[in-house]
Amino acid sequence: MSTQAPSGPSTAAAPAVVWRVPRSAGRGEFAAALGYLLPSLVVFTMFVFYPLIKNVQLSLYETSPLGGLGLFVGVANYTQLIHDPAFLNSLRVSFLFALYTVPAGILLGLPLAMLANRRIRGIVVFRTAYSFTIAVSIAAAALIWEWLLDPNVGMLNYLLSLLHVHKVGWLTDPRFALPAVAATTVWKDLGFNVVVLLAALQGVSDELIEAARIDGAGRWATFRNVVVPAISPALFFVGVVSTISVLQSFGQVNILTQGGPVDSTNVIVYSIYRNAFFNFRFGLAAAQAMLLFVLVLILTGLQFTVFERFVTYQ
Amino acid sequence: MTTPTPVAPSRPAAAAPPPRKGRGDLRHMAADRGLDLLMVVLALVVLFPLLYALGTSLKTTAEVNQYPPTLWPHVFNAGNYPDALRVAPIARFLLNSFIQSGAVTVGQLVTAALAAFAFSFIEFPGRQALFFLFLSTLMIPAEVTLIPNYLTVRSLGWLNTYPALVAPFLATAFGTFLLRQFFLTVPRELWDAARIDGCSRRRFLAQILAPLARPAFATLAIYAFLSTWNQYLWPLLVINSQQMRTVQIGLAILQSQESVSWSLVMAGIVLIVAPTIFLFLIGYRHVVRGLTAGAVKG
Repeated sequence: MSTQAPSGPSTAAAPAVVWRVPRSAGRGEFAAALGYLLPSLVVFTMFVFYPLIKNVQLSLYETSPLGGLGLFVGVANYTQLIHDPAFLNSLRVSFLFALYTVPAGILLGLPLAMLANRRIRGIVVFRTAYSFTIAVSIAAAALIWEWLLDPNVGMLNYLLSLLHVHKVGWLTDPRFALPAVAATTVWKDLGFNVVVLLAALQGVSDELIEAARIDGAGRWATFRNVVVPAISPALFFVGVVSTISVLQSFGQVNILTQGGPVDSTNVIVYSIYRNAFFNFRFGLAAAQAMLLFVLVLILTGLQFTVFERFVTYQ
Repeated sequence: MTTPTPVAPSRPAAAAPPPRKGRGDLRHMAADRGLDLLMVVLALVVLFPLLYALGTSLKTTAEVNQYPPTLWPHVFNAGNYPDALRVAPIARFLLNSFIQSGAVTVGQLVTAALAAFAFSFIEFPGRQALFFLFLSTLMIPAEVTLIPNYLTVRSLGWLNTYPALVAPFLATAFGTFLLRQFFLTVPRELWDAARIDGCSRRRFLAQILAPLARPAFATLAIYAFLSTWNQYLWPLLVINSQQMRTVQIGLAILQSQESVSWSLVMAGIVLIVAPTIFLFLIGYRHVVRGLTAGAVKG
């Protein structure tokens, strides 16, 4: 009737809300509401909105080593960046990193989620085991993997030596450092992928699968033509969210490789960190952060528009 | 061609008589046992790094440097734990992390409950706009606010203090969204009835709504605690005194000391992941709910 159509992604899964407020609700209600919103608004203003604007400003200035505003330089920081081989390298590394981690994370997460979706006794034990890495911090994960990847006494090189593969300097060889950091990341993020994909699989109705079986579809055909389309929104969600989170990776790089060897793992955020807090070039780092923001925004927008067209799951 | 493929090519197959009992069941059961076994093996593979870390934390220094490496300690040596606590002030790191994560969790519960209440029980002009303003904070990656926030915290003289670790995280759009979703399922009649009985908004929220929303609070609390405990970049920036380090940063410090053996580092890791693993195990349901609510949030 007088309810507006839900217009945002947030309302997609929410019960219908009456957005239009009756005219009688006036300033009194606004003041009352503001009292409840104020604590959040103060924090957001101080630590999200103000710094966002401040960051834009910083990116347009030359800055002092203490972070003070110097000369206004317009888009000079940006033009410098897009011609800077180091920045272009960090973009390339980040994209490669996403390429190594995101598909692998889905390809490993999906079979685990499907097994975790079986109806057998004690299944919760397996569900917990497969999503266990959610509880592990990136710092702990990185240190454990540094130990596994140790060139001399590490477990991985030992296992490879059983296959007569020569010792690999996982974190010191520019060819292997990024894949090694990616492997750490895939393991760390596996739990998240399993949880989201399992939730999606639980939303696929039994009747749908039963119908496919009756129609003579085998396991593979059912999976390919019924299950995958049914969970495609979740697959898409995991893909986009993982890409966003991988583009923001920092901890594993800082612990495992510090961006090296020869910048082969110097991802965007690590490069921002070095520029701001080691080279004290805050303006340039702020511009880098803005470009990362644009990338993330494009991915988020893509997700909202595509996500809205599908039914969400519980 | 002697054996028919299990994939029946067309509809008539469905009309065929059901497969004889016995053999079909047996084959089914064998396949099920096979899947069971596969699940156990995969669980061990996924957990391997953690189990191996646990094993390493109990090895002697000699065994940890031995090649080929041993899967599980031959001689148990629990001494790495007291040693780790001695080499680095891990107890202090744990305390710092508990204070930070605890304060952030409580703070987020309060601010999110208040905001969610306004968004679900008060009809005020500009509600939609403000709600979208809240949601917009989810799209701003932390890196964009990192440098200005660092400068803010420094200018306030907050470097190496708890306020620096806590204040920026005291509001949460995700938590507000989560609680609002729950509040919207509470019938309006409840509020109408309470109001007729002379109940104020504040009392309604504190004494009627909050107890009802306990499951949603639990989800938010576990989510907030886990993610704060596991923070890395922000504490690395704003803390550089040994006494104020959080566990994640302290851990890396432990590892960077040349003389420290891997068994000691792994003991440190076990100590710092234990609280989150405990929380994950008792709150698994809530963790899942938090993450899949995140799926809606985007």
